[in-house]
Amino acid sequence: MTDIISYDIIIIGSGIAGLRAAISAASEDNKLKIAVISKVQVMRSHSVSAEGGTAAVIQDDDNLESHIYDTIKGSDYLADQDVAELLVKQMPFEIYQLEHWGMPWSRKKEDGRIAQRWFGGYSYPRATYAQDRVGFFEMQTLYDTCLKYENIDFFNEWFCTSILTYYDNSFCGVTAIEMKTGEFIKFKALAGIICTGGAGRIYSFSTYAYSSTPDGLDMAYRAGLALKDMEFVQFHPTGILPSGILITEGARGEGGYLINNKGERFMKKYAPNKLELASRDVVSRGMMKEIDEGRGFKSDGGVDCLKIDLTHLGIEKIQERLGGIREIGIKFSGVDIAEEPIQIRPVCHYMMGGIHTNIDGATEMNGLWAAGEAACNSVHGANRLGANSTGECLVWGNITGKLAARYVLNRRNSGTSSPDIQQQQVIDEEKRIYDGIFRGRGQINPYEARMNLTDTMDSNAHVFRTELGLAEGLKKVRELMKSQWRHVDDTAREYNTNFINVMELDSMFRISEVILLCALNRHESRGAHAMLEYPKRDDANFMKHSLAYFGGPTREGPKTDWFPVTFTHYKPEERHY
Amino acid sequence: MANYIIEKLKKLNKGKDKDDTENERVENTSYSTSTSSNNVKKQKQYEEDKQRNKIILKIFRVNFTSDKSHHYDKFEVPLQKSTTVLDALIYAKSYLDNSIAIRYSCRMASCGSCGMRINGVPRLACYTNVSEFKGNDTITCEPLANFPHIRDLVTDFSQFSDHHKQMKPYIHNENADISTSQSPLSEFGQSPEDVDKYLQFSYCIKCGLCYSACPTVATDMKFPGPQALAQAYRYYIDTRDVLSKDRLKIIDDRHGIWRCHFAGSCSKVCPKGVDPALGIQLLRDQVFNLSKHEKKIARELGRKNK
Repeated sequence: MTDIISYDIIIIGSGIAGLRAAISAASEDNKLKIAVISKVQVMRSHSVSAEGGTAAVIQDDDNLESHIYDTIKGSDYLADQDVAELLVKQMPFEIYQLEHWGMPWSRKKEDGRIAQRWFGGYSYPRATYAQDRVGFFEMQTLYDTCLKYENIDFFNEWFCTSILTYYDNSFCGVTAIEMKTGEFIKFKALAGIICTGGAGRIYSFSTYAYSSTPDGLDMAYRAGLALKDMEFVQFHPTGILPSGILITEGARGEGGYLINNKGERFMKKYAPNKLELASRDVVSRGMMKEIDEGRGFKSDGGVDCLKIDLTHLGIEKIQERLGGIREIGIKFSGVDIAEEPIQIRPVCHYMMGGIHTNIDGATEMNGLWAAGEAACNSVHGANRLGANSTGECLVWGNITGKLAARYVLNRRNSGTSSPDIQQQQVIDEEKRIYDGIFRGRGQINPYEARMNLTDTMDSNAHVFRTELGLAEGLKKVRELMKSQWRHVDDTAREYNTNFINVMELDSMFRISEVILLCALNRHESRGAHAMLEYPKRDDANFMKHSLAYFGGPTREGPKTDWFPVTFTHYKPEERHY
Repeated sequence: MANYIIEKLKKLNKGKDKDDTENERVENTSYSTSTSSNNVKKQKQYEEDKQRNKIILKIFRVNFTSDKSHHYDKFEVPLQKSTTVLDALIYAKSYLDNSIAIRYSCRMASCGSCGMRINGVPRLACYTNVSEFKGNDTITCEPLANFPHIRDLVTDFSQFSDHHKQMKPYIHNENADISTSQSPLSEFGQSPEDVDKYLQFSYCIKCGLCYSACPTVATDMKFPGPQALAQAYRYYIDTRDVLSKDRLKIIDDRHGIWRCHFAGSCSKVCPKGVDPALGIQLLRDQVFNLSKHEKKIARELGRKNK
């Protein structure tokens, strides 16, 4: 029988949100025992790849109101306005807190104060940066600060497979596999926080790390929690070829141009005021239009693309502010951005959707919170502004960590004993992963199935969508899902990444299905979701969040529903950049 | 003093370059500013590589729990212009042998997962282009040295992380935690020059390449290693930190900073341009100035010289 490990709070995921939550909970009470469980080693999470900046109002001539408005306008008015307000109001604190914990923010020469740069969709240069390695430095600062706390334990390379619940449907733990030994273990805890990030690896051309699969989203989904606004997938304008590695928006923030094969700065057609610095959905649509109308380049691999030109910035500025991406360009594309324009193409970059939470990051399950990209508290609505995602991770990492800690302390003070794990759930889960996957049989190579799935998402649920394309995509994904890929050829227990990969694929199928279905249901174009048949935003019928629930094992598909948007005082208007 | 050491180190590194046969391969991992010549070189390489369309990957295989002996497996992998060693490994795992154990994530040299010895040199697989190995059709991948094996190319990082943690790698300052009620919020403030003092050391991605390359770690597992010592210096020199002297006590130990005999291999293999050897020398300088014991020796030496 499996062993039980007990903690007060379990945090799943060790990216920016997870580490911030750990610190926040640990500092609430040093007697709380906190476990950070991650399928990768700590400091390997995808947050390290965030490049350009973290938005916050910290300059004397900037103001909170403007950041709130920019965020809501960027969201195409689907953001919950109270949530956007909370993000903006909390952000300055997070910037200064990181600074106090050792973050190497880039500084202004005149007075040594924290410097900021332009980012897309903002009316003020408020992206706080540390060269072009912002996410990496934030991770480092948070991880190192975590080491200060004796009550935070790290479980590196433990793959969580399911959420365990008590009879009253409150959270009571998770099941996990220790990758090193292959052992199946139960974790018991009063509170949990899901910080497993986005799932962009369901697309082939993606900025995401290989580890960014929807395990966490799927875990919540299978536990009966809703996924919200999953149709909104952000395509970042500038991914290099062929790898999809990101060129930060900071490159345009520092003055970079996007050019087509005629050498034109084509964004003047699509966003006459902001040009390259319009919000990401607008820029990506402009780029795909240029490509579709034959004004693109062909990459060496035969892929349609455009170029970003940074040569006019001069080598010194590039080296100082964009040194990281210069290195990336040389190494991964064979192009020095200081000397020639580099080929780029819109690339899957972020998911606005995620586990449905309220403004505090609380899910529909008692004792369970979600923070960061895995969560959808509706701060980004239909389109996220650059530099707001690291901010989201920090703010809701902090909030959920605190709330989870207080929840545990309250339960303890009221004398509630921690509930016991329901054995049946553990048995069912063991059956699902060992009988269903580990000992499964089939003729199809799961890695090939994975590639077919991600290629389908690339071609059928991209920047521009059509009903026919989405419906075909859904059909294909469902067919693939039923095919014989559920098997693991590696029979060893120890460090079996083949097993992990097939479990990841299992979750990728379910989440892709949700994205396609929710996209089909939204008959309008809003933010990152652009339907050719419905080119306009339809506030009368679709000013609402979409929800998707798991239909159960014998289901036909996800059960979908709608959820209202919260307004404060920002009236929806047409967006112009 | 610090400037003097930097100059000296630069000279030393130059001298080393000349007689180091591994140099050409390792050089590509560090950032080079002479990019135009680099581009021409790259162009040539690609031309040559057009002739080549496959490579043999020779992978170290072991699973200690089931079998103590190791062996090598060979896989033929097709090539494209920009194939990295990681791409080749993922291809082999996906289509030739699903059971290869390998650790990777970001594929852009940010996360530090895919450190391994490639043709004997510690490198990141994602940051090594197959095209770098001219005229060599076999690429050998082995796990990092100085780390316990788990399986195939995957090693155990727990001791490495412990060394890092021993350095107390966080800002010590009674005002480090700010409360939400504090108003107005303020910064500690740092000039760009203050930032520059520690910045290069904060590029460390904890990939373990330096630790794997370090000859001292190979003989003394209690030695914190270049990664941890570079981080000790990074926090020591940060103007926001007030622990100063106490930081030096942590490393002033017989298994500590004095064990480094300056092979400099840590700095050569770092994929992020961190120079741990420099950090260690600068740190030694500080310890030397502060350590009573060493001061006494210095005095004695001074007397003898007179």
